[in-house]
Amino acid sequence: MATSMYSIPGSPMSAPPVAPVAATAAPTSTARTVNAVLAESQVQEVIDELERDLIGLAPVKQRIRDIAALLVIDKLRANLGLQPAAGADKPSLHMCFTGNPGTGKTTVALRMAQILHRLGYVRKGHVVSVTRDDLVGQYIGHTAPKTKEVLKKAMGGVLFIDEAYYLYRPENERDYGQESIEILLQVMENQRDDLVVILAGYKDRMDTFFQSNPGMSSRIAHHIDFPDYQDDELLQIGERMVAGMHYAFGPGMREVLADYLARRKQQPHFANARSVRNALDRARLRQASRLYADGDRELTAEDLTTLLPEDLLASRVFTQSMAS
Amino acid sequence: MMTNPTGRITQGQFSFLPDLTDEEIGMQVDYGLKKGYAWSVEYTDDPHPRNTYWEMYGMPMFDLEDAAGVLMEMNNCRKTFPNHYIRLMAFDSTRNVETIAMSFIVNRPKNEPGYGLVRQEVNGRSLRYTVHSYATDKPESERYSG
Repeated sequence: MATSMYSIPGSPMSAPPVAPVAATAAPTSTARTVNAVLAESQVQEVIDELERDLIGLAPVKQRIRDIAALLVIDKLRANLGLQPAAGADKPSLHMCFTGNPGTGKTTVALRMAQILHRLGYVRKGHVVSVTRDDLVGQYIGHTAPKTKEVLKKAMGGVLFIDEAYYLYRPENERDYGQESIEILLQVMENQRDDLVVILAGYKDRMDTFFQSNPGMSSRIAHHIDFPDYQDDELLQIGERMVAGMHYAFGPGMREVLADYLARRKQQPHFANARSVRNALDRARLRQASRLYADGDRELTAEDLTTLLPEDLLASRVFTQSMAS
Repeated sequence: MMTNPTGRITQGQFSFLPDLTDEEIGMQVDYGLKKGYAWSVEYTDDPHPRNTYWEMYGMPMFDLEDAAGVLMEMNNCRKTFPNHYIRLMAFDSTRNVETIAMSFIVNRPKNEPGYGLVRQEVNGRSLRYTVHSYATDKPESERYSG
């Protein structure tokens, strides 16, 4: 078919061919140093925000710094006219987060979409958070359209698959999880620039999952392990949470919290940041009961927002460990 | 023919323009998504202007943020039906509108035979006119060969 505009047959002049519109190309600047590029973009703010908002998580921060550094260097290369090789310019960004419960995997995954969007690696920066139920169908022929629909919704952003190992159930041969994995693998490879997939789960189960799905393992470029938090980091997290809930620590509260955490860690099922949040929620409950008991006292803003040591000392953690 | 020099059917938006490139289609889809439209892909081999309901290729795609998903489906449809008319339609679901807001053809058969005018004589030698598509002279699977 003709790609030029109409020309009336027999007429002497014909319309000039119209060039197709190209997407707006990023203007190349003359920046030649890293600091010049940083001054032009938002990369440094993203890194600073990350340092401020996430406590601990050194491997995560290091990996994000590496990705941001690659972005800056790519810009410098583009400024010098070094064209990227076809199909190899954007690095594969699929990630796998492993770690114990409460170490911040879901939190970081949600922020990762924002970070990648601000660095310019994903186009829209939204997160679609799914588990096995959203991907796997209940009957033959149900899985493929279901998975494809989820993938289409996630394109331009991040697909976060929590507890990814449930997709693969080797003991049940009629399980449709494998079909979903096939479709995921295909899209992860062929549409790398459209979608970033982040898997998350516990380390041992993810290892088993990857062993039985080597295709998945090779497509994941970044395997990041989330270490358990240190004691001082947990204390800091506790303080942040309390401030976020618009409460404040009373005198002596920090030491009591540190003591509580040390004892709680000895007990089974310690879930890092989640355990801290639960402990603080229970402290709020006890504070509420304490203030509730005194019906006639006029409560000031300070009374209502301060958590006192007795709110935490009433916990069973103290009585149980003292008894043992 | 003077009224339609290129002989292409002119149904939907952009039909008088040269074919849109995939990039331009992506930009249109992004515009529709920004306005909250839901895109769907439809195909047919009967080009009559009164043929409003084409066959659906998959369900309408709601809640999408990016054009890549729509383009993926469109390219799958092109691979499956390379010689059919394929169009993208955008559905606007705001209350009291609830209708198709955008619709344009993204794929055409290589040869479009066009239409002929059919005259029917009725009582008193009056004529009734209608349009007949030459493609429908052949059965469905043989309409646009090669």
